[in-house]
Amino acid sequence: MMKKILFALGLATVMALPAYAQARQVTFTTQLKNYGGDGAYLAIYLTDADGQYQGTLWISGEKSKYYKHLRDWARGSGLNQAEYDGLTGASVTSGRALKVTLELEDALIDSGYQVRVDTSVEDMRDNRSDVVVPLTTEGSGKTVSGRGYVQSFVYGLK
Amino acid sequence: MLRKLHGLPGLVAALLLMVLATSGVVLSVVPTLERSAATVPVAGELSVADLAERVVANYPGTEQIARSLSGEVVVYYTRDGHPGADLVNPLTGQGIAPYQPSAFLRWVKNLHRSFLLDDAGRMLAGVVAALMVLICLSGAFVLARRLGGWNAMLRPIAGSGSPRIHAELARFAVIGLLLSALTGSYMSAVRFGFLPDGASTELSFPADVSGGTPAPAGTLSALKGVDINELRELVFPYPDDPTDVYSLSTTQGSGFVDQATGELLQYQPHSAGNQFQHWMVRLHTGEGLWWLGLILGVVALTVPVLSFTGLRIWWQRRASCIRLGESASIEAADAVILVGSEGNTTWGFAKDLQGKLKQADKKVHCAPMNDLAEHYPKATVLFILTSTYGDGDAPSSANQFMTRLEHFQADNGLEFVVLGFGDQQFPKFCQYALDVDAALSSKGLQQLHPATKINRGSAPQFREWGEVISKHMGIPLVLTHNPAPAVTSEFELVERVDYGVAVNAPTSILRFKPLQSDRNLWQRLCFRNRQRLPDFEAGDLFGVAPPGDQATRFYSLASSSSDDQLEICVRKQTHGLCSGYLHSLDPGDRIAGFIQKNPGFRPAGGATPIILVGAGAGIGPLAGFIRKNTQRNPMYLYWGGRNPKSDFLYQPELGRYLDDQRLTGLNTAFSRSAESAYVQDAIVADEAALQQLIEIGAQILVCGGRDMAAGVRQVFDSILQPMHLDVDALRTEGRYLEDVY
Repeated sequence: MMKKILFALGLATVMALPAYAQARQVTFTTQLKNYGGDGAYLAIYLTDADGQYQGTLWISGEKSKYYKHLRDWARGSGLNQAEYDGLTGASVTSGRALKVTLELEDALIDSGYQVRVDTSVEDMRDNRSDVVVPLTTEGSGKTVSGRGYVQSFVYGLK
Repeated sequence: MLRKLHGLPGLVAALLLMVLATSGVVLSVVPTLERSAATVPVAGELSVADLAERVVANYPGTEQIARSLSGEVVVYYTRDGHPGADLVNPLTGQGIAPYQPSAFLRWVKNLHRSFLLDDAGRMLAGVVAALMVLICLSGAFVLARRLGGWNAMLRPIAGSGSPRIHAELARFAVIGLLLSALTGSYMSAVRFGFLPDGASTELSFPADVSGGTPAPAGTLSALKGVDINELRELVFPYPDDPTDVYSLSTTQGSGFVDQATGELLQYQPHSAGNQFQHWMVRLHTGEGLWWLGLILGVVALTVPVLSFTGLRIWWQRRASCIRLGESASIEAADAVILVGSEGNTTWGFAKDLQGKLKQADKKVHCAPMNDLAEHYPKATVLFILTSTYGDGDAPSSANQFMTRLEHFQADNGLEFVVLGFGDQQFPKFCQYALDVDAALSSKGLQQLHPATKINRGSAPQFREWGEVISKHMGIPLVLTHNPAPAVTSEFELVERVDYGVAVNAPTSILRFKPLQSDRNLWQRLCFRNRQRLPDFEAGDLFGVAPPGDQATRFYSLASSSSDDQLEICVRKQTHGLCSGYLHSLDPGDRIAGFIQKNPGFRPAGGATPIILVGAGAGIGPLAGFIRKNTQRNPMYLYWGGRNPKSDFLYQPELGRYLDDQRLTGLNTAFSRSAESAYVQDAIVADEAALQQLIEIGAQILVCGGRDMAAGVRQVFDSILQPMHLDVDALRTEGRYLEDVY
């Protein structure tokens, strides 16, 4: 799955970044395990170093009524629709990978922010912070494992 | 119209419905399986606080405890950085087994709700569910109409084969099927946004968290106040985050719990809409209602059978329509033929008439009498061709005709003519045709020609009638239909038991064996079974014509196909050609004959008490019913003969049936013995017992000569009078059947 979203606006409002900020293209690849269940709902979002919610990057899953099962993200975002408007797609089938490309403000990188992924599958457990990884230049291209349905997670900076 | 509303959605949805129903059957047992594996504490025995304490003791990394409505408790936890989920015993908090939902059941569930096709399939399943609602409702209306109204819905259903199976099963299953279909449609409509989603809006995270030192889960007051049987889900706060809270949802509502003070925060009870939606889902899935799940499962089992029999009925109806050839529409027709028929014989005459009218450039609409329209705008002539059923009643394709006639709008100039088919031997020869003739006259229609009776499908009489009508209408009308003689098979007499010679009533029980079973394997494989004997049951008729005679006589069968024998009971008439011929047969002799169905003379199934009444050779089919009563349903026989020493037909068999309880009670009357009594006398003597049986719904079947049947009707009318009933009332309920000769 390849999506290109201009993310600058979304986070700029939250973080009041300077207007001349540079944007960078970041590709997030989330490979799921063969967990043997229905399509997984995913929330990819940014937190600060303390785990405090900062902004939404991507939500996989069609039905917003199930979003509450993406628990940490749900708590941080308050399930406020403005937080994820235009940043949603289909749920991800067991064993498949989700690839999302977004434009992120330069200032978000190497500034202590973390990328987190919450996952949930119908009739199976919810995983808050399935993946937690700092968003740094150094971390680009380095694969990390998840603890729930995520087999591996990697982001690449351009 | 109503029938189309039932049949068309059925045709479209049959295959998909079978998938939904079969997968539904599999899913229906899940609540029961879950319930049987779950430990359910009695109310008040265990609070959620107790449960949390016990679980945490065994699972220090507990993140979430969920309880299904069936009582299964699942704990989600992290141990050494690895996530896990276990089923636990709520009383001890100890793990039972890893929680791993079945991949098979998940597959079945997806098949059931989306045919494994995601959203498109879900939508299709929703449409099929809605069609099912339509099928259930229209089917109920069709059945009510057929049985004669809503308060007649529990009456015995006449007929046989696919229509009977379809109606009986549907009557049993319709409420359950309607429940499944309605709730399924509702769930689909909610999912696709056609109905409001009742799920309550999400609670926002509480602002007033104390942030104090977390207390052990077992001490939190808000959790202490909730019984475990009300728990749906308890999500634990993040470890080492004092600002986090427990999220609690119960069957009543949801809220948060402060992990330091134990206080319940922002609790919200479920809205009425939420509760409603929740119950709709439970009524569909049987979740937490295992008994309902099982009922719905059994009911869903009928769907494949209903689909199959429904398709068969549709096909048979279609096939009989094709044979009729093209029929003009109601609007365009200038001649209308309506047919009242029990078997199919009358249709042959109708087809001939239709063809000949077409040759005379008429636009002909041909239909069963039950399909009488309210209005035929262009028609100038209405033909009614009908047989008579039983004792002057309407045949099955005309049983709604008189009711529909009330709404019929007769145009000026519409003429009608009635042609009745029947057998002169019967006292009410063509009675129904005469009734229809009178009803049409009183409706103000002009009679083109007086009602005519055709005896035993006589081709010359039919041709003659055609000539008369031809003159009336001023068109050529050469009717040539000659009902094909029934295809006969060969039978060999294997046994005969003779009675009654001493009392001048020679009566024999004759047992024949069909000879066609001698066909070799090759003939069987070649499907040369066009002359295969149809299946038959006791009460059906055996048609025989003596050599050199055209007219067929019918004898009631005392045996069924499964007996591999044809058994009839024949009294030798003084100058009887056919009975004399049959009585002259010796074992090994062969005769030709055929089976004719007689579905109107069958005992109702189930526990309905059956009262059998007969005299003389009329005992034949009654003995057959008793022989087949292996269910040991209550059956009582009243039978009259001449002398117990001479013509006590079936005496040894009846004794055996009494011993093994296939027969509950036997009352006999003998006219040429000391008691000098008739069967009517035996009935009168038993008045009180019979009243009781009729009170609880008993069905009466009478078989024998015409005079006896009239006498029996009379005594039953007098027995029924104190109950404010009569024979006619029972007859309309299908509780008084006669097979009279």
